[in-house]
Amino acid sequence: MGMIGEFIKGLRVTSRIGYETVFKDGQLTTEYPKEFREKPQRFHGRHVLNRYPDGTEKCIGCELCAGACPAHCIYVRGKDNPPDAPVSPGERFGFVYDINMLRCIFCGLCVEACPTEAITMTHLFEMSVTNRDDAIYTKNELLVNEDGTPNHMFDEDPLADFEELKDGDGWMRATAPGGRAAYEGVIAWTPAAGKERPAEKGQTAEQDRTDEAEGEA
Amino acid sequence: MDLWDVGIVLIKVLVIFALLMVTVLLLVWIERKVVADMQNRIGPNRAGPWGILQTLADGLKLFFKEQITPRKVEFGLYIFAPILALVPAFLTFMVVPLGPDFTVTLGGVERTISLQGTDLNIGLLYVLAMSSIGVYAIVLAGWSSGSKYPLLGGVRATAQAISYEAAMGLALVPVVFYNGSLSLKAIVAAQAGSMADLFGWPVLAVIPRWNIIPMFVSFVIFFIAGVAETNRAPFDLVEAEQEIVGGFHTEYSGLRFALFFLAEYINMFNMSALVTTLFLGGWNGPQFAAYLPAWISQGLLPITYFLLKTVAVLFVFMWVRATLPRLRYDQLMTLGWKRLIPAALAWLVLAAVVIGFRQFGMPWS
Repeated sequence: MGMIGEFIKGLRVTSRIGYETVFKDGQLTTEYPKEFREKPQRFHGRHVLNRYPDGTEKCIGCELCAGACPAHCIYVRGKDNPPDAPVSPGERFGFVYDINMLRCIFCGLCVEACPTEAITMTHLFEMSVTNRDDAIYTKNELLVNEDGTPNHMFDEDPLADFEELKDGDGWMRATAPGGRAAYEGVIAWTPAAGKERPAEKGQTAEQDRTDEAEGEA
Repeated sequence: MDLWDVGIVLIKVLVIFALLMVTVLLLVWIERKVVADMQNRIGPNRAGPWGILQTLADGLKLFFKEQITPRKVEFGLYIFAPILALVPAFLTFMVVPLGPDFTVTLGGVERTISLQGTDLNIGLLYVLAMSSIGVYAIVLAGWSSGSKYPLLGGVRATAQAISYEAAMGLALVPVVFYNGSLSLKAIVAAQAGSMADLFGWPVLAVIPRWNIIPMFVSFVIFFIAGVAETNRAPFDLVEAEQEIVGGFHTEYSGLRFALFFLAEYINMFNMSALVTTLFLGGWNGPQFAAYLPAWISQGLLPITYFLLKTVAVLFVFMWVRATLPRLRYDQLMTLGWKRLIPAALAWLVLAAVVIGFRQFGMPWS
């Protein structure tokens, strides 16, 4: 009678699941375009290029991201900053910055390579395009706006989660070596446009960071 | 017999046709919803409120789709098979009683109208015959498609039907012994009342006198064989998408496929209605004749009871489908020939002896 016992056990499983789905929140499927599932903090989504709070770009055109990229999907060209109106605080700035999203494997090595936390990843994941040219994101789309919200390739995007777009800087700053919360002795987030992010537990405060830098100098 | 009689019959046929069509529309949707719930999913929820019109949308789509005819088909049988599948499905339901008789005066004559397509005195045999014809449709569809997967499905249908029809028929014989008739109406009538009528103990008045209690073994065997007969999971080897693509309907598309689909769900409803009629007391139930007007207690309530019981059995069908994986072919044959048929035979002998002794007395007395 083992077979009948197993049969009844199976029926109990399906009835319990059915009860949980109907009367409790056992339903796993989300109605995607209507509701968005909460993504993990360190979700590897689309890249953005960040700005400092004063509006200058963080990218210094060093091409380390392009060098680190295992898929060779990043193309960067740096250029000397114009002295009267500098684009970035450093000597040079990223003049051309293209990412081929058809090649990108979303490994995040570019984020780790970046010395200034200029390139970070976001929670944006809706990157479908209707032709291959559109899949190459240029600096226009990658660079965040003055207020820190990421640019979108298409003005009208019915599928975009606009609440999430406001968080352009993204939690993926966490993958930058400077921002890893659990990393002892490493300093807090670098400031970014549109972001007020206090130092977290284990991070030294922004003030300490500058002190440290001055002390080293 | 005058024009009124003809009209009554026509109305009955139309009502049963409409009932089956509407039932299938709802049934497909309900099944998808129930199975989805049991798998943590949502199920259809776009067409109409709660997705209730999903089947209608699917049906319309199939209706307007191109009906592709492969080159190697036996054309005559190929287009005849879906019709052959559908007609017995409708015909089976004609003998199932939905409620008690009532009398009306039409055209100056008092007429008794039964809520049943027709009351055949060999109703049960007729039902078994119709379900067998339904298998022919599958076999013919598989053969006439001129393709290997449908052929495999057709061959499987043959073997499966032979195995399980034997068990099904054997399981029904004790029921016929017990109720003393092959007419479904008489079988339902024999299940009226409560167990108190049978044993004379007033305590048993709460237990209805349904066949499921004395004939439990028959019920189990009949239910299992019924699931196999309607080619439903876990006995859907005839269709088995993962093994033989779509089985017998691989080469069918558009409306012809829709007819097969319709027939399958009507058969499922028929099988549930039969389980209700044979084992769950049909339309019997508390009628509150003293408190309610006759048209409710004699008309509405029995039909409601019948439909409720049928839906309950259908739910078990869906529940089993959501639970069990498909049987392997040798398991199917083992279950049929080594378990169900011997069990049905043993039960038949036992029931025959007990019923015989009850009727004719012990041999030594």
